[in-house]
Amino acid sequence: MNNSVALELKNITKTFGKVVANKNVNLTLNKGEILSILGENGSGKTTLMNMISGIYYPDEGQIFIGGEEVIISSPQDAFKYKIGMIHQHFKLVDVFTAAENIVLGVNDKFNLKEVNSRVEEIASKYGFEIDAKKYVYNMAVSEKQTVEIIKVLYRGADILILDEPTAVLTPQETQKLFDVLRKMREDGKSIIIITHKLNEVMEISDRVSILRKGEYVATVDTKDTNEKELTEMMVGKKIDLKIERTETDFDKPLLEIRNLSINGDDGSRKIEDVSFYIRGGEILGVAGIAGCGQKELCEAIAGLRKIENGAICHKGESIVGLPAKEIIDKGISMSFIPEDRLGMGLAPNFSITDNMMLKTYNDNKGPFVDRKTARKNAENLIKKLEIVTPSTETPVRRLSGGNVQKVLVGREIESSPNVIVTAYPVRGLDINSSYAIYNILNDQKANGTGILFIGEDLDVMLALCDKIMVLCHGKNMGIVHAKKTTKEELGLMMTGSLDLAEVKNKEYGKAKDSHLTEKEWNEQQAENENKGGNDNG
Amino acid sequence: MVSLLASAIGFMPFFLFGCTGEIITEKSGHLNLGIPGIICAGGAGGCLAVSIYMNSINGATPNYILLILISIIGAFLLAGLLGSIYAFLTVSLKCNQNISGLALTTFGTGLTQFVMKNFVDINDISTASTLFKLNLPFANSLGWFGEIFLSHGILVYIATAIAIITAYVLNKTKIGLHLRAVGENPAAADAVGIKVDRYKYLAILIGSGIAGLAGCFFILDYIQGGYDSYYIMESLGWLSIALVIFTLWKPNFAIVGSIIFGALYILPNANIVASITTQTAIKKVIELIPYIVTILVLLFISISGSKKAQPPASLGVNYFREER
Repeated sequence: MNNSVALELKNITKTFGKVVANKNVNLTLNKGEILSILGENGSGKTTLMNMISGIYYPDEGQIFIGGEEVIISSPQDAFKYKIGMIHQHFKLVDVFTAAENIVLGVNDKFNLKEVNSRVEEIASKYGFEIDAKKYVYNMAVSEKQTVEIIKVLYRGADILILDEPTAVLTPQETQKLFDVLRKMREDGKSIIIITHKLNEVMEISDRVSILRKGEYVATVDTKDTNEKELTEMMVGKKIDLKIERTETDFDKPLLEIRNLSINGDDGSRKIEDVSFYIRGGEILGVAGIAGCGQKELCEAIAGLRKIENGAICHKGESIVGLPAKEIIDKGISMSFIPEDRLGMGLAPNFSITDNMMLKTYNDNKGPFVDRKTARKNAENLIKKLEIVTPSTETPVRRLSGGNVQKVLVGREIESSPNVIVTAYPVRGLDINSSYAIYNILNDQKANGTGILFIGEDLDVMLALCDKIMVLCHGKNMGIVHAKKTTKEELGLMMTGSLDLAEVKNKEYGKAKDSHLTEKEWNEQQAENENKGGNDNG
Repeated sequence: MVSLLASAIGFMPFFLFGCTGEIITEKSGHLNLGIPGIICAGGAGGCLAVSIYMNSINGATPNYILLILISIIGAFLLAGLLGSIYAFLTVSLKCNQNISGLALTTFGTGLTQFVMKNFVDINDISTASTLFKLNLPFANSLGWFGEIFLSHGILVYIATAIAIITAYVLNKTKIGLHLRAVGENPAAADAVGIKVDRYKYLAILIGSGIAGLAGCFFILDYIQGGYDSYYIMESLGWLSIALVIFTLWKPNFAIVGSIIFGALYILPNANIVASITTQTAIKKVIELIPYIVTILVLLFISISGSKKAQPPASLGVNYFREER
């Protein structure tokens, strides 16, 4: 046995009922290296990691740590062998402070003061920023992740497993995380990182292991490979990495929004004086750090949230104050994929058929629902989007994340809308599923639909969108042509360091060929203001 | 006023035991609606223990400490037994918590009737009651202070002590931190190696046992006997669940809350009200106040949106490790 090997897996197999999640997987992790694990959704990455961290127990195979065979049957066992996992969905108690979360389950004497100082010690060693006394519910996503990482370091972990740590971070935050990871590597820690983003794999890792449909494919040195080769190994066939941008002729503005201001649930301003418009046959991207008003903007357009100020016009008609059903009938569809993927738009316990009916239940006459048509629609959708499901009657909660998203996006398109508002449609999806979604959006665009695409991956937005609007703390930092801008510029605008609207002294987002004259816009806004005033009074 | 306050504190243990027990249970993420039944069973257990003890000493004068101790243990055990049924159903078998709890309430009241009618001698109970009512001999010589705070049986002080200890354990110790984590986010607790099921079982058992003392207090101290008291106990048991909401899941607040609820329970029959009106309708309206206040508190915490005043996040949701 080589002394430099920190962790070795031999012939690991795990099945859930009839589903084989992992089959004969072999893996080695050296001391002081960063290993990426690459694979599509459902290729068994997370299952494999859960076996190392003691959440699941393998059916077959052996695990070696430092050359000795070990049995990891619970999270405590994993801690014993100095293995720590940072889960994709954070496992933190909201009403506890950072320090309380970190000390949870540790069998030392309970003294929060000592905990606080040790936490700060760890933080300064690796370059984290953390306030040990801050409550988790007040934290941003990146702070929560920091707490998770310190939690495992506090327990003295030498092997760290990070499950899609960058999915929720901005480019700048990702860089910060990578700096921390590099410092840990210098310190002799071994790190396994799971990510879908190939450029990150190339940037951070020393070696890459690839899984496909639960089976181990290969491990390669990062310096000897490239993104294309990795993708081919992962998918098992050659695919084109380039996202197509369908070129279309733009129509008149379909959806116009002027001087819109919206408040969040807690009453604070989430969108401040934002103007923009979408033309038919155009994809307008919205970039911004998580929680800078994207959700509120979607909800306001869909008629689910009251606006404080401004105007929203669809083909020249105001839709402010209309009930959601009427807005849907006008052809505006909204699909929002939240972090947990099931939170909005679909009923998890309903089948695909039932979910298809959620929006059309009112279309047929009589007191009974028309299940036959809905089932036919569901079957069409499954065929068209290659949704993997046992039947149309399987609860969507049982489908994998990518397939759930296909159902949601597919249903929205089924109603042939003329404006699509979609937020994070490829959140957590693998390459193949993501491309399926991009193709759907491009098809719609070619049909003359206007699309508002709220995304998180800047590379994708630069390739897919025609124009990109950047939000920072609910303010419009400017709207740029995707062909003419760079990732760095977008990053600066997202963090508020660059305000194009200010620099160029130009008001963004007001179409010259608007459906309404300036006078009519002013009347609209005044009217909405009155409405707001009445509501509050 | 003094007499009203004194009677309120005199009745406080019923609500305080029930409320503290339910707080401990709910902190583990389990909404135990079997508490009214468990309170009744606690009463039966206490009486059963008294009867057994009185039989064993065969008419001799009962020892004060021994009698109190034995009846408390009896109440704790029988209530804990019912709690263990609930724990087995909801923690191990993952049954629906609401339905299991409601079934347990029905079972608990039935069991109490059965035990009280068949195995308990009313004479033993009245003998024991005089001991339960015993207060400090110098209480009456201290004026209003003595009447309000010192003129009560021992259970008043035991209830207060248990509430204070519970508050301390929940907020200041590692066990409390772990228990709260289990009720807030069991997946998080599990991931850091806390034995989630063990904490849930213990919280439900201890919580039920403590709630059972409320029944022991009601029959042996307050009513001093009475075979048909389980109907009143059951309906008051629901109030102690309401009190958990009223006190925002804090055992410290529960002490004050129990006195307030005690006062509201006493009020319709107190001299103050009797001197104003004799109409039963108004008395019944006054009896409604605790329920209305609870609804108002629920409204208030919902509007305020304060994260710290919310119920445990996983309350009512059973935990499956491998569910996604």
